[in-house]
Amino acid sequence: MGNSTVQKRSKLSKMLRSTELRRGIMAIFVFLVIWQFGALIDDWTGYDMLGIGLVPPPIDVLITWGDVIPNIGYWQSWVSSFQRVLAGFLVAMIVGIPFGLLLAVNKYFRGIFFPPFEILRPIPPLAWVPASLIFWPTNEMSIAFVTFLGAFFTIVINVLGGARAIDVRYLRAAQSMGASQWHLFSRIILPGTLPSIFTGAAVGMGITWEVVLAAEMISGGGTQGGGGLGFFIWSSYMGGSLEHIVVGMISIGIAGYLCSSSIRQLGILFMPWRRLF
Amino acid sequence: MATQQVVAGRQRRTEAPKGLDMVQYRIVKALSTPTPYLTAMGVGLWLFTYWVLCEGLEVWRFTKLPGPVAISKDWFSPEPFQGISIFTQEYYQHIYVSCQRIAIAFAIATGVGVPLGLFMGWSKKVRDYAFPLLEIFRPIPILAWVPLSILLLPGFEGPVIFLATLASLFVTTLNAMLGVDSIDDDYFRAAGCLGSSKWDVFKNVVVPGALPYIFTGLQISIGVAWFSLVAAEMVSGDLGLGYLIVDAYMNNVTVPMVIGMITLGFIGYVTSVMVRIVGDKLMQWQVRELAQQDR
Amino acid sequence: MTKQNASKKGAAATKGAISIRNVTKIYDPEGVNVKAVDNCSMEIAGGEICMIVGPSGCGKSTLLNAIAGFHSITEGQIDVDGEMLCGPGREKADQGADRMVVFQNGALFPWKTLVENVAYGPMVQGALNKAQAMDKAGTMLAEAGLGDVINKFPGEVSSGMSRRAEIVRALINDPKVLLLDEPYRAMDALTKQIMHESLLETYDRTKVTIFFITHDLEEAIFLGDKAHVVTTRPCQLKKTVEVNIPRPRSYETQSSEAFRALLSEVNEAVHEEAVKAFQAGEREMA
Repeated sequence: MGNSTVQKRSKLSKMLRSTELRRGIMAIFVFLVIWQFGALIDDWTGYDMLGIGLVPPPIDVLITWGDVIPNIGYWQSWVSSFQRVLAGFLVAMIVGIPFGLLLAVNKYFRGIFFPPFEILRPIPPLAWVPASLIFWPTNEMSIAFVTFLGAFFTIVINVLGGARAIDVRYLRAAQSMGASQWHLFSRIILPGTLPSIFTGAAVGMGITWEVVLAAEMISGGGTQGGGGLGFFIWSSYMGGSLEHIVVGMISIGIAGYLCSSSIRQLGILFMPWRRLF
Repeated sequence: MATQQVVAGRQRRTEAPKGLDMVQYRIVKALSTPTPYLTAMGVGLWLFTYWVLCEGLEVWRFTKLPGPVAISKDWFSPEPFQGISIFTQEYYQHIYVSCQRIAIAFAIATGVGVPLGLFMGWSKKVRDYAFPLLEIFRPIPILAWVPLSILLLPGFEGPVIFLATLASLFVTTLNAMLGVDSIDDDYFRAAGCLGSSKWDVFKNVVVPGALPYIFTGLQISIGVAWFSLVAAEMVSGDLGLGYLIVDAYMNNVTVPMVIGMITLGFIGYVTSVMVRIVGDKLMQWQVRELAQQDR
Repeated sequence: MTKQNASKKGAAATKGAISIRNVTKIYDPEGVNVKAVDNCSMEIAGGEICMIVGPSGCGKSTLLNAIAGFHSITEGQIDVDGEMLCGPGREKADQGADRMVVFQNGALFPWKTLVENVAYGPMVQGALNKAQAMDKAGTMLAEAGLGDVINKFPGEVSSGMSRRAEIVRALINDPKVLLLDEPYRAMDALTKQIMHESLLETYDRTKVTIFFITHDLEEAIFLGDKAHVVTTRPCQLKKTVEVNIPRPRSYETQSSEAFRALLSEVNEAVHEEAVKAFQAGEREMA
């Protein structure tokens, strides 16, 4: 009942006036002020307030960022990192989801292949980097492999958990209506696992970024132009520019957030019947 | 209260078996399912494939990596060819250093993260101020902090422990907060009815109610701590398992490299199990409820 | 703190008399006003078992929540023993041990044993120290037939046992009013019978005022002194049926003529509301 536009408008204005938003903005504002002041106090008195003063203040960071944005190398770094992240992530999804589903659905497959999987899983992905560098002929392939590993384990575990948790009543209901095995799989197990697939994807995405970053910082960026955001940070460190380091950090934070956000949006698109976290 | 002995599983029982009988019962029962055989088969298959690729048939580039035979030979020998075995002191030094760092990082992260998360879950005021800040910092990958932490913190240990702590902190805080959210409103109302002060509610409802989520978070956080620790150790070059792996790589001795990887995996797993055991101890009510359902 | 009360409704201990006067409650979720209760009035005498009967989602729980102090009211006033609980100037009552609630889905703390749960109230109010509280709790639980399971967790015992324990947890605080929000809703009929008998036995001993919300008409007549039938949302008092069946009551009462007559009287009043509610597609409100 009533006009939805009026309701929407009042909802927005209600949100803008809400205490929650005000407090959040105040907290961020206070944080920025302390940050800025820390640096200023360090400049004036040499007292660095537990290290806050050593970090370049927000204003300087913004100025540096302004300088960096027109530089095409900066944006090429974005592209390089994104490419690596997506490549590793997509392969992990393509291999991981079927593997996870197979593990969930067939108990013999699970009995045989799950133990080796569980033995390898606790090894941190970055520990694989040297071995990967030895094995794969090129740098890029080594990075891709480690990226893949990082996301793969997470995705499989989430898919497995999700598929196993599907209420057996849904399956029984379908069976009693005469569903075939394939039908059971495609119409019940697959959609039922979707939430876990997306959770696994979101977490796996975070891990992928970490690994790509580490790989870029360690291996010096590879052959493509730009070398990636990790390389950007590392070379800023080498060059001694703290402002650039912070710019790099914030850039990566934004990039990572965009990726997780997209996954969440896709999740809402694919699963209209659920509200994701 | 004598329990019946198991005689080829034929005797009827009137009571649940206790102690050693229970262990025996479980073993016999487990052996009658296909699971242990499949597991043996799976692990065996994997080891066999590994051996074939690296040492048996020496396929493609797999020759560059050490196979299971080479590794076991060195790992378990008192005079290891490539420098690391269970008999060398250096091995244990690395293990000890890494474990010590993890212990410190985990302790700080838990000690700060759990109370912080609990307060954020409990008080809307605290949450409104703290959560936006948390959400701004959280997307920044831990490793992006490496250069900054090296520049700001003194020595080797500082940055390494800082990175591991930071990673754990985010996870622990978030999970503690979600844990408080998960507590049914009715428990708060019941506590209110019964005349609790705010502190009583915190002690008797918030803390125990959030424990399940807190411990899930702790298991994740210790994994994340290891992840970050290894990364930091690989970059900062001192002691520790991460360093061992990179050092071996640099010096072209591949066996210690793989030994390091395996050890890392094993210890990571053990620490995770330890967290889970502590959790079970503290959450007796859940354990007993699940036991009732025979899970 | 017991207050002296000048009750006009006669006889001995009349603590816990509730007076609900012209209460209106308007929720405001998402900017769309929801009127849960509209100008509802009822009087509950001290020491009486008062049943509130009505279809789902009509706002009965809102009244209970207002008395307990979980929600505020928009208009009107609620008094207990002549003292204002909530009303003009104070929209939300304070929560307190004088009005104990037993929840629909059970709210025994899962992380405490039954005896710890029951002892919690007196300990936390400072009325007894730990040893005394645990002792008294153990005794009261035994009186309720739960002596064997006092050291078990709520997750380990049956729902009937845990609900009984929850009632003991409420009663150990010597409340004026016991507020029950469909406590036996999730139980099978056989367990319910036991619960009813147990509740009546407890009532006969303590004579605490009971404010009981239910859908179950037979339960209402069997347990209650009065059955207030309320309308679908917004909630208003439609009809009050006096249940004059003498106490103590047993299950044989259910087949008596008087019982059947009262039952059909209530049924008539409720059925109309139930149909309206069903057509409106009501969903349970908080």
